[in-house]
Parts: sequence; C-alpha cells; structure tokens
Amino acid sequence: MKGRFRPSMAWLHTWSGLVVGWVLFVIFVTGTASYYRADITRWMRPELVQAAPVAAAELPKAAERAVAYLETHALKARTWFIGMPQPDRPLLDLFWRTRPGAPPGHVLLDPHTGREAMVRDTEGGDFLYRFHYELHLPPLWGRWIVGFCAMIMLVALVSGIVTHKRIFADFFTFRRGKAPRRSFLDAHNVTGVLALPFHLMITYTGVVALTTFYMPWGVTTAYKGDTRAFFAEAGWITTPRPPVGRPAALAPVGPMIAQALATVPERLERLTVTNFGDAGATIVALFEEPHGLAHTPTHIAFDGASGALLEIRGGDLKPAAKTISTLIGLHVAHFADTGLRLLFFLCGVMGSAMVATGLVLWSLARLPKPDATPSFGLRLVQALNIGSIAGLPAAVAVYFLANRLLPLGLADRGEWEIRAFFAAWIVAALIPLARPHRRAWSEMSMLVAGLCLAVVAADIATVEAHPLRRLGEGEALFLWFDGAMLALAALFAFAARKVARHRGPSRSEPRREPVLAAPAERACA
Amino acid sequence: MATRDRPITLRERASVAGRVVLAAGGGYGIAALSAALLSLALPLARPEAVAAATLASFVLMPAIVVAVFAMRSLRRAALMLAGTALVLGSALALAMRGAP
Repeated sequence: MKGRFRPSMAWLHTWSGLVVGWVLFVIFVTGTASYYRADITRWMRPELVQAAPVAAAELPKAAERAVAYLETHALKARTWFIGMPQPDRPLLDLFWRTRPGAPPGHVLLDPHTGREAMVRDTEGGDFLYRFHYELHLPPLWGRWIVGFCAMIMLVALVSGIVTHKRIFADFFTFRRGKAPRRSFLDAHNVTGVLALPFHLMITYTGVVALTTFYMPWGVTTAYKGDTRAFFAEAGWITTPRPPVGRPAALAPVGPMIAQALATVPERLERLTVTNFGDAGATIVALFEEPHGLAHTPTHIAFDGASGALLEIRGGDLKPAAKTISTLIGLHVAHFADTGLRLLFFLCGVMGSAMVATGLVLWSLARLPKPDATPSFGLRLVQALNIGSIAGLPAAVAVYFLANRLLPLGLADRGEWEIRAFFAAWIVAALIPLARPHRRAWSEMSMLVAGLCLAVVAADIATVEAHPLRRLGEGEALFLWFDGAMLALAALFAFAARKVARHRGPSRSEPRREPVLAAPAERACA
Repeated sequence: MATRDRPITLRERASVAGRVVLAAGGGYGIAALSAALLSLALPLARPEAVAAATLASFVLMPAIVVAVFAMRSLRRAALMLAGTALVLGSALALAMRGAP
C-alpha cells in the first residue's frame, strides 16, 4: 500500500480472496459437478436408465402430444418450453411460466403416450447447475452475487500472479514435511499455478456467460436497452415476433418438426412456443450445437399459424459475436468428450482445492501464540472455512442420499431433496462450532467420508438394476458414480487421518507480520 | 508497513475502505462507461461493436481494481479514476448526440 507494487498486490490477493472465498468454493464445487450434470440427473432417475431411446421418426408425433397436453393444461401461459426426448432423458420435459412470481409449471411426459411419466420427482443435476450461478436465491440476487465474486476472483488471480517471483518453479515445489503453513502454501501454489490457464479461462468466461446481464450498458446506448434485438441482430436467436392481436389456431407441429429434422443434422433439443392462439404465434426449434468450441446452436423459427419456415439462425456469426459464443462454449465445455471432460473436471477440482487451501492458509498464518486466545475474526474465518469446505460436500452427499431414501410417493419430493441438502449443510456448519477446531476438521472429514460411503450403499440397496446386483450386467453409470463417491470418501478419510495425526502447528516459527499475506512470503524474501 | 505490535489506526482503515469502494464502484463505473461508449464509437457493425465493447469492459474492470490498489495514495487513485471517467463521460455524451 505504500508504493511497493508487489506487497500491495499480495495484500490485495489475501483480502480479496478471503472475503469471497467461501462463495467461490461453493461456485467451484457445484460448477465442477455440473460438468457431469446430465449423468447426475440420470443417476438420480434410475427408473429411466433402462428406457429405450426415442427414434427421430417418433419426434414429430411426440411434439404434437406435448402441444396437446399444454393446450389443455397451460393455456394461460405466455411461453411453452418443450424439451424433446434426449438419449439421457427419453421423455418430454414441459415447462411453462404463467406470470412473474407464480411458480412455473413443469411436467415430464411419456413421448409414446403423451401421459405423465412415472418417474421420481427430482431436480437432479440441474439443482447443482443452477446453484452454481444463482445460489438458490432469486435469480437477480444470485447472479449478481456470483458475478461480483467472479470479478473479485479475477482480481485475486491477477494479483496472485503478480506476487509470484518464480511462478515456473512453483509448479514443482511441494514441501510436505515442513510446517503446515508451508505445505498449504505449496498446495495453494501448485493447484493455483498448474491449472492457472483453466482458472483464468473459467472465471473470465463465467462472467461472459452472463454478459448482458452484468454489463448491459452497451446494449443500453446502442439498442435502447432491447437485449433481444441485440441477440437477434448478432445472429444468436431468431427475430422476436410480437403478438398481432388477432386469434388464430396453431397449425399442427408435426410437419414443422419433420421439416426441421430434415434440415439440420444435429439433435433436436427443445421447442419454444410463443404467442400461441395469436396470429403471431412462433415456434422455434433449438438444436444441439454442432461439434466445435463455439456455443452456436441452430435455431429454426416457424410461423405458428401457417406452419411456414421463417428463418434459420446460428453458425454464421461475425467475429465479436463468435468470440462471445466461443467463450461461453469454453465455459460449458459441451465439446469435451470423455477424456477432455475428465480433464476439465480435474481442473475444477484443483480450483476448488486452490480456494480451500487459500482459505485455510489465511487462518493458519494467523494462529495465535499458545497462550493467547484466538480473535473473533480468526474464529469466524475458521468456522466459515469448515462450514463450507466440509459442509458443502456433506450437503451434496445428503442430497444424493435423499434421492435414494425418500419415499417415492412423497409430495414435492424434489423440493424435499433440496430441503435435505440445506438442512444437512446447516447442521454440518453448526456442529464444528461446539468442538475444538482441529478435532472438528478431522471429525467433519470423517463424516463426509461416511456420507459418501452411505450414498454408495444406498445406491446398491435401492437400485435393482445396479450392476453389482446383476453380476456386472446393466448400466455402467452406477458403477462410475459410485466409484466417484468412493474416491471422494477416500479423499476425505485421508484428510481426516492427516489432521488427526498431525502434532499441531509448530509454534517455533517466528510470526510474520500479518499485513503481508502468506503468498507474498517468498516474493518478498 | 504496519506491524501487529502497533494497532491499525482509523486513518489506515479508512484508507483501505476508501480504496475498496473506489476499486469496486470506480472499476465497474469505468468499465460500464467504456462499454457504452465503445458500443457507439467502434467502427464496426452495430451488434459487433456492442459485443466487442462488452467483452473489453470485463478486462478493463480488474485492471482498474489492480491500478487502484497499486497507486501510491488514495487521492491519486481517485484523481486518476475521476479523470478517466470525465474523459469517457464527455466522449459518450458527444457520441450519443452524434448517433441518436
């Protein structure tokens, strides 16, 4: 702060990282899990795993059944969203909003009959995915908090890079035998520096994913605030069509879907129906994005009253718009197949570890002398650290457990799973307050390990199609998921053992002056 | 730099708080001004200018935060931001008059 650049950046890194660290940890963990969002959803609906995929020739008829259902159940809605059957979810996923504030309608239909599907009610991986950017808050609040934390994360990354004198050597430095602060500092550096390109990319692209939400001012001046006009002119969406005010029946959707399927080779993902019952009704078919980095799905718009094809958008973007699409594509990583997806996942795990070790490092660097009582600030940080780093994994494990153990006929079952998630998190954050700090770490880690094992046990016990019950036959998804849970259990059990065996922080180390944060130690040495 | 033996003075706390406010508010404000200005001023097609200007503003913001904390004094940082905002703001006013 006194004109020395590097120390001021070290200070900035420490404090910017601390104030948003807990939220960042939550964002990183749920975002990392979201790389396997479809798989998590599939795991949470075990009834569907055996279901046969829906053939493309069936889709036009399925779409007509969806529209027939909506015409009887959702006439008051403004827009219908029809999720078409996918390989991982061979059902029609209907969603509609009536008016702001009212709970949206949501139902799953059997595409062959048009009747409501017999499947357990769950949010699945979508809950973790939305938590990643809305924190289960009202969207406006959640997104602004996440965006604010992401910007601070960018600041922490930039200032963190600047504090490193020997960033390359940090790749290879891990002093595990030394004082815990050294080990945590090295772990923070290794996880931070090794996956640094990923961290920079994912943070920046994460902000860009909600570009016009966070930075609408360009749209304000150039488009008078009309975001949809901007999107349409840039080529991301089809031109919005306002209602005409003259009633007109919706033409049969089957032929439109057949025409769309014949035009685009990709998989049909979703239909959006607006202004139905009006002569200005529009049906937009959204396709899976073509293979490649950019997130450029094809949209085809049909006139709802006549069934005529209006326009085809997507793919033909200009450089800046294409850049935004590519950045968003990089963030969501739909292009990544098995190997690359795993790499992204591991980078996300490293990001979570970077945030977690950074938070712990802050508290380790400020441990009081043996005879002094810890300050309120330190105790608060310690409580929040353990409540997020151990509490969130415990809550996610309980979310999975609830999916397997709650009675299938329970009303609002999906909502109860989420309640179980938050109840577990609150309990897991409160227990450590009543325990000595280091004991609390090892106990909570053991608890997380135990919960992960319980998920595996519940999976094997309740899913009849589980490969372990059929001598290896059946869906491999369950094995992969349970394997990941076992790995998580092993990780936390290992951490618990480490903390329990450790003699305690060495007090012989001379105290550093505290304004200079830990990451700067070497920079200033 | 302050050591732990000496309590942190109110002045120091205020200086840090001032920088935090300046970095957050000023960083976003200047990024927003630049996005609004460049959306109109860049010699590109309209959607391209908006997209490019908005992308650039997300790089500008952390740069300004870093600059605010790296400046020698809070006053100097505030002056720098005020000057930049003034230039951007007047240019924006001109651009908006030019392209109604």
